[in-house]
Amino acid sequence: MNQPLVSCATPSATIRQRGQHEVFCGLTSIIWLHRKVQDAFFLVVGSRTCAHLIQSAAGVMIFSEPRFATAIMEERDLAGMVDMHDELDREVARLLERRPDIRMLVLVGSCPSEVIKFDLNRAAERLDRRYGSKPRVLCYSGSGIETTFTQGEDNFLAALVRDQAVHGASDKIAKLVVAGSVADVVEDQFTRLLDDLGLEDVVFLPGRSSDRLPRIGPNTRFVLAQPYLGATAAALESLGATRINALFPLGEEGTTAWLKAIADTFGVSPARFAAVTEAPRRRALEATAHYRPTIEGKRVFLFPDSQLEPSLARYLSRELDAEIIEVGSPYLHREHVAGELAMLPPRVSISEGQDVEIQIDRCRAAKPDLVVCGMGLANPFEAQGIVTKWSIEFAFTPIQGYEQAGDLAELFARPLTRKAMIAGDRSGSRRVAS
Amino acid sequence: MKLTMWTYEGPPHVGAMRIAASMKGVHYVLHAPQGDTYADLLFTMIERRPSRPPVTYTTFQARDLAGSTADVFKSACRDAVERFQPDALLVGASCTAELLQDDHAGLARTLDVGIPVVPLELPSYQKKEAWGAAETFYRLVRSFAGGREHPTEIAPNCCNILGPSALGFRNRDDVTEICRLLSANGIDVRVVAPLGATVADLAKLPEAAFNIVLYPEIGESVARYLKKTFGMPFVSTVPIGIGATRTFLAEVRALAGLSNDEPVGEAEDRATWYSRSIDSNYLTNKRVFVFGDATHAIAAARIAARELGFKVCGLGTYMREFAREVREAAEEFGVEALISDDHLDVEQAIIDARPELVLGTQMERHIAKRLRVPCAVISAPVHVQDFPARYSPQMGFEGANVIFDSWVHPLMMGLEEHLLQMFRDDFEFNDQAQASHLHGHSPASADAAGEADGGTMLMAQAPSEDAVWTPDAERELKKVPFFVRGKARRNTELFATRKGIRPITVETLYDAKAHFAR
Repeated sequence: MNQPLVSCATPSATIRQRGQHEVFCGLTSIIWLHRKVQDAFFLVVGSRTCAHLIQSAAGVMIFSEPRFATAIMEERDLAGMVDMHDELDREVARLLERRPDIRMLVLVGSCPSEVIKFDLNRAAERLDRRYGSKPRVLCYSGSGIETTFTQGEDNFLAALVRDQAVHGASDKIAKLVVAGSVADVVEDQFTRLLDDLGLEDVVFLPGRSSDRLPRIGPNTRFVLAQPYLGATAAALESLGATRINALFPLGEEGTTAWLKAIADTFGVSPARFAAVTEAPRRRALEATAHYRPTIEGKRVFLFPDSQLEPSLARYLSRELDAEIIEVGSPYLHREHVAGELAMLPPRVSISEGQDVEIQIDRCRAAKPDLVVCGMGLANPFEAQGIVTKWSIEFAFTPIQGYEQAGDLAELFARPLTRKAMIAGDRSGSRRVAS
Repeated sequence: MKLTMWTYEGPPHVGAMRIAASMKGVHYVLHAPQGDTYADLLFTMIERRPSRPPVTYTTFQARDLAGSTADVFKSACRDAVERFQPDALLVGASCTAELLQDDHAGLARTLDVGIPVVPLELPSYQKKEAWGAAETFYRLVRSFAGGREHPTEIAPNCCNILGPSALGFRNRDDVTEICRLLSANGIDVRVVAPLGATVADLAKLPEAAFNIVLYPEIGESVARYLKKTFGMPFVSTVPIGIGATRTFLAEVRALAGLSNDEPVGEAEDRATWYSRSIDSNYLTNKRVFVFGDATHAIAAARIAARELGFKVCGLGTYMREFAREVREAAEEFGVEALISDDHLDVEQAIIDARPELVLGTQMERHIAKRLRVPCAVISAPVHVQDFPARYSPQMGFEGANVIFDSWVHPLMMGLEEHLLQMFRDDFEFNDQAQASHLHGHSPASADAAGEADGGTMLMAQAPSEDAVWTPDAERELKKVPFFVRGKARRNTELFATRKGIRPITVETLYDAKAHFAR
């Protein structure tokens, strides 16, 4: 099934850097989490900056009545003129009066609340008791000093798991937990595939509603659908669950390896596995093939953003024949991405953390054909004639699984195709407004 | 604490970034936690800048808190100066760094980086973006223009323009338009700041005869400082709208010692004729709700009432600093000013005022879309669509032309409006249909969904509790064109309550209509 690994046994030395990090903080994950968990409300305890960050990142997705908000700390909160716990209780009461339909209230810690050591855990427990779980109240930290972008989701899921340990609702023990939020359509596809493999009682974490998780115990197996779930995995393991080690389900190869690891764990016969996956595998390969000519041989540089980078690089290199220059990741969970890193060609540089100016220097010197980076860097690169693919789209687009393999390839191919289409007769003359 | 779903302004350090990004040769070192770099994409995405804003962030993390964040800050300053070689360095803290209380001003002084360092004190838990921008601009001008000479021999026709900045609403084209207008009128514009200025330019500010403040939110404190220090008078009439532009021009010409007999530029004014042409007849007394920053809101209300013949049914701003000015303006139109930065208050005020057109910010665009009221954007905060590629000033005569088009466009066109009224049961041309010249970004089904949700649909609001309508009257009410139906319902209910009429019949509806005679 898996092709032999091309990599050297010892992965190349990782570039570790500390300097300016051009990344989002964990609060940003609220943007997709609040769409995924449809009866949850995310209340950030923070400053105006936090509120401004979420609305800037959410762009046009801000509705008149969103399911997230910020309790903005004011001068008098900091001066100790009022009790912040009383203040928070009052704002929560106001909010719940407005939104009685909310079944899960999530208090989200931010840099200011962490720095002043505001005890959000205690606040959440107190509110949970007060409202008698109508709604239930949880908390996690999405602060920039502790979390980078997708790590916000990690902390949220870990909080859900810990909550299950305390308030476990049902007696049913989960057999398989798929951790990591994926688009609804992807969740449905995975459900069908796992069902066809004969696996029942599959629990997706997070679910679409705030219902409590089934019990997690020593017989529970879990598999990660996303690479950024270190804390969630630790929380599940602390309840006795066992992780299924797998590649992440990006591209045909990744999805097959991911499903295969699950199938092997539950003793699904190779014949059945082949029968179930044959058609979608063929479709995935076919869809991907459309884009290979565009990406083949192109030199790609990935800036750190979501921790998806090692998996994306593996997919780019093995299924689209791109040449990878550098794979940046804000954080490397060595154990979880070991399989991904092992499949990268030996000369690839791996970098963890960031000093953005130095990394930009490195990137320019390498003259890549495509740079995967955040929106703060993308247009400036484009203005210098360097083609970019803005990276947060990977967090907002359905890319996992067989049926999305072609779409994932298209995300990388699109900027290259576009460049070829509109560069045309203006060769060399770059024109941007000053 | 204050619960905030949406904020009209960012924190004050974003205002400081706007000043740094507006200018050339100014670099900003911002002591801030990881993640605050999100602000870069306001510039690279919304304003579509081809370069990164000149800001270095320390992006400290939790592990740095155990060590010395002050050292992180100092090395960030040194690296930034070495790499970018700016003419001046701004240093400041974001809200989280403010809590750490590293004395960045003191630290920056000990750096000895060889260039002027301007420390910023921006209280993040009290103040907001516009204040931060104004304060930063003021600190820079004090640092570089302070101590300069105001020459005694200055040609009376030379001036500076103060206020335009990065991320300002249509500032790029306003500056072009006003510079063009001024130069056609024989005025010599010396320095435009902060947009496009260097610190050397700031030092030249005292070398002009007077100042023009285009955006008081950002430029007025500097104009006051220059007046106090160098005795430079300033004009702060904002030239948005035909009338305001004429007044502005008269004031500027007077200050420049030019006669007001033959001002130049009015030939480009098409808005006045367009507004007088008979096709604009149906604009008369359309109810319009205005909200935005103080400058744009006041200007918009005056244009609406005096140049387009609308009726201003609400006026407000999110800028408390300018509450007095907005209250005064609101008095002119007989409405009570709404001073609030809570969008839920604004939404309620819009529902209560039942306007036929909303002029507001990005947020009012969302509110109006939900309520299915036509809307045009007149003020920051705005999203990417309001940094257009085409020339689209708001100021001056061409600005008035742009305004005429963009405010009238969302309304139902005249003939369409008449036909709707005459044949309201038409199967394809009914009041659920979007105006035909607008693409349907809120399809008819959204309306039904909105009603089912119990969402507050402005046009089809549920009757208030004590008003009982007979089925006939309810049916008759539906024959009132949808854009004034809310108003008709409210007037009828008001009339019925006053007269003690229950239930409301067809007769009551028409009695009320005669009584109020719209």
